[in-house]
Amino acid sequence: MTAAYDGVLSRYEPVIGLETHVELGTASKMFCGCSTTFGAEPNTQTCPVCLGLPGALPVANEMAIESTIRIGLALHCDIAPWCRFARKNYFYPDMPKNFQTSQYDEPLCTEGYLDVAVRGETIRVGIERVHLEEDTGKNTHVGTSGRIHGAEYSLVDYNRAGIPLVEIVTKPVPGTGDLAPEVAKAYVTELRDILRTLGVSDVRMEQGSLRCDVNTSLNRPGEAWGTRTETKNVNSLRSVERAVRSEILRQASLLDAGERIVQETRHFSETSGDTRPGRSKEEATDYRYFPEPDLAPIAPDRAWVEQLHMRQPELPADRRVRMRDALGVSAADMVQLTNAGVVDLVGETVRLGAPIGEARNWWLGYLAQQANERGVEASELGIEASHVARLIALVADGSLSVALARQVVDGVLETGSDVDTVVAERGLKRVSDSGALETAADEAIAANPDIAAKVRGGKLPAVGALVGAVMKATRGQADAAAVKDILLQRLGR
Amino acid sequence: MNELTRLSAAEVAGKIADGDVSALEVAQAHLDRIAAVDAQVHAFLHVDTDGALDVAKSVDAKRSAGDQLGPLAGVPLAMKDVVVTRGLPTTAGSRILEGWRPPYDATITRRAKDAGLVMLGKTNMDEFAMGSSTENSAYGPTHNPWDLARIPGGSSGGSSAAVAAFEAPLGIGTDTGGSIRQPAAVTGIVGFKPTYGAVSRYGLIAFSSSLDQAGPFGRTVLDAALLYDVLHGHDPADSTSIPVVRFDTAAAAREGGAADLRGVRVGVVRELGGEGYQPGVLSSFESAVTTLKGLGAEVVEVSCPHFDYALAAYYLIAPSECSSNLARFDAVRYGLRVGDDGTNSLEDVMSLTREAGFGAEVKRRIMIGTYALSSGYYDAYYGQAQKVRTLIVRDFEAAFEQADVLVSPTSPFVAFGIGERVDDPMAMYVNDLCTLPASLAGTPAISVPSGLSDGLPVGLQIMAPTLADDRCFRVGAAFEAAVPALVPPELP
Repeated sequence: MTAAYDGVLSRYEPVIGLETHVELGTASKMFCGCSTTFGAEPNTQTCPVCLGLPGALPVANEMAIESTIRIGLALHCDIAPWCRFARKNYFYPDMPKNFQTSQYDEPLCTEGYLDVAVRGETIRVGIERVHLEEDTGKNTHVGTSGRIHGAEYSLVDYNRAGIPLVEIVTKPVPGTGDLAPEVAKAYVTELRDILRTLGVSDVRMEQGSLRCDVNTSLNRPGEAWGTRTETKNVNSLRSVERAVRSEILRQASLLDAGERIVQETRHFSETSGDTRPGRSKEEATDYRYFPEPDLAPIAPDRAWVEQLHMRQPELPADRRVRMRDALGVSAADMVQLTNAGVVDLVGETVRLGAPIGEARNWWLGYLAQQANERGVEASELGIEASHVARLIALVADGSLSVALARQVVDGVLETGSDVDTVVAERGLKRVSDSGALETAADEAIAANPDIAAKVRGGKLPAVGALVGAVMKATRGQADAAAVKDILLQRLGR
Repeated sequence: MNELTRLSAAEVAGKIADGDVSALEVAQAHLDRIAAVDAQVHAFLHVDTDGALDVAKSVDAKRSAGDQLGPLAGVPLAMKDVVVTRGLPTTAGSRILEGWRPPYDATITRRAKDAGLVMLGKTNMDEFAMGSSTENSAYGPTHNPWDLARIPGGSSGGSSAAVAAFEAPLGIGTDTGGSIRQPAAVTGIVGFKPTYGAVSRYGLIAFSSSLDQAGPFGRTVLDAALLYDVLHGHDPADSTSIPVVRFDTAAAAREGGAADLRGVRVGVVRELGGEGYQPGVLSSFESAVTTLKGLGAEVVEVSCPHFDYALAAYYLIAPSECSSNLARFDAVRYGLRVGDDGTNSLEDVMSLTREAGFGAEVKRRIMIGTYALSSGYYDAYYGQAQKVRTLIVRDFEAAFEQADVLVSPTSPFVAFGIGERVDDPMAMYVNDLCTLPASLAGTPAISVPSGLSDGLPVGLQIMAPTLADDRCFRVGAAFEAAVPALVPPELP
């Protein structure tokens, strides 16, 4: 696939664009006082307004307007001095009024940008607009297909209807070549970090509070941009990259065969990793936008916007520069730390006395691996910077081997106790009689020269046999991982 | 007829407050009147006998307990069926909402209840307030108490007929292009359309959001003022509600009762008269102007050239907004559902329901509005109409430099025969010629009876600048004091 992909990128230039929907974390909905808590019983967080009952009227949530302006400011946008909501008219049962209150030709924020770093290159992604709208309800189609066609019946949950939704639309991004999929992913990652830093959304892609549509087109070098497709249902950062890559390959094979690209909405499948056709744009509705007469225009006071600007928290890009300088790490390391979401944890670990190299290795190594296995962020593991700093100190003074220290981590994660408690309770402190283990190790190496040679030569799994020999010699009382460490150390691995 | 039903709201409230009569007796007298005449008038779609009697009893109990009562406590009220009432049928005159009982009260319903008004029931109307004759109701027309073969105006014809037929002393209507003022005129009562934003729209089933306003009907200017003082005021649930607005229109009406208009400049709008107006309407208007002069008013002629485009602009803006407002009636959550037999798709059920549930005029306006908002036509239609609206606002502003109030006939016609104009939408639309400018500009206007033409009532429209609502009542009450009261013939 990589070869095929590189081949494609020598014949075509991709243009990408991203539309991101962010559910704001306001306590109440966009136009009424209903709660926005995720996961409540269906249709328990509704009222006449968000159910669109006859006669009900909207009142705009000021907190949502403020959050949108803050997002716009973080993305270097112009904030409109005066703008309106608009009605987007179309019939769908998850939309109580059969129009969505949104913004059309007068968005709250326009003309911004976001810089993203990919493989050492900084790429500026232009922001076309940031606007505010309301979310729809959620349909469940009951029947074999799970889609509306062929469903036996459908259920609608209006708890989500009316939750404030911010739409962030990029300008088309040309010229990224084979980096396009990574640029798309880096953009969404950076945007997610900004939104999280601003505290405006919990940005959980798996729960749908951050949703992404990816536009992709291909053109031959020197020719006009091609017809684009819009890929929906891209529900993780990894999928953003995969969706662009798969769409580039699909479009290229069509173009290679002399076929044309149909402008359409496609759905990304997590399982197959490719995109499938959705509703064709050729039958697209005319949304008949017009200014929402039930809502007053939004006219943010200049002084207020300036105040919001002044009160913005330190944004990820600035923090990265500051942390990079403070930690003295390379730009490449910084990207790694950022992508793993551990910049602050590493910073805190260093502040507590750990050398940067050790802190970095722990958070990007064993801890990242544990987080990955559990499907959580490193920050959600349940181990704190203070724990890690203490571990590093214990390893440094020889109280723990690295292998033992990993067992301590496991203990901390299992019990929630602190490092010293786990060490004491589990008797994990490195035996002071390490000389005995080392002697046993040397004997095992001497007794099995063939195996030792294999390990020296790089066949690391072979060390298992030597560990077995030492364990046997110490009647099973040695720490196998520690033994393995010692053996590997002595064998120069 | 029980004499209690002949009294004005102010008189009824006074008698209840003084203990001369109980609210229960008043309510019962009006319910009896409804039972006696509404089979002929058909003003009500739903009469809430039990609810009305319960409220009346609670007013009496409060009075006995010595509680402070509002100025209209115990006074019966006829509520237009476009206003949402918790637990009571609310159809907006449409088949598509048949059987719907709202789970909440409109703000004005709550205000009326809080004031101790006794809501007798819900009144007939043109479907979704679209019409000028109440013939567009899905539940049959309402008849004008002055001549049962004629229309009571519309769209609030049920409320105007109920008040004119002594079924209730007070009524609530809504006015989008004249739907309070024109029915008031043709049934010989008083009707007032407030400054846009003075009365909450929360709980009004929307026809055209940027134009809809609820307002009072009464048989006297003071009665209408008393009800308006209950209805108006800021509502945080309506974003278009004006933040600080508090009139004392009852005081303005009482002041006007002194019938002295010295120092008041009255502007006669040149464009609202002449060709197309019935001669009887014009002569009644001329004598009304003479009466105003007699009261000491200085009369000037003003010109508002863009009023000529009001009708065209209105019939783009209102249908456009209604095409979107009425989209929610889709059979999914409430109201009528047609074709849900397992063989039809969701889209088919929506279409079949809307086909069966909406009447011809509603469909016509949805079609016009859908077209006017369509991509490629928006600027030429909706956009252009909004520009006309701005020009009309400027015409008003210029005219109000020269005059304190503007006057015109309320409608070019007296009540016409039921069925006479149903096949000609344009003939129906011109009913609103005089009332549309104030609707488009969002300015207040009142219709006060000015006399009879061939035995049928004619109304005088008095228009004031934005937020000068009390001026309508002051001038209206002065005029009312100077002309003979209109009393409809006894019903057969």
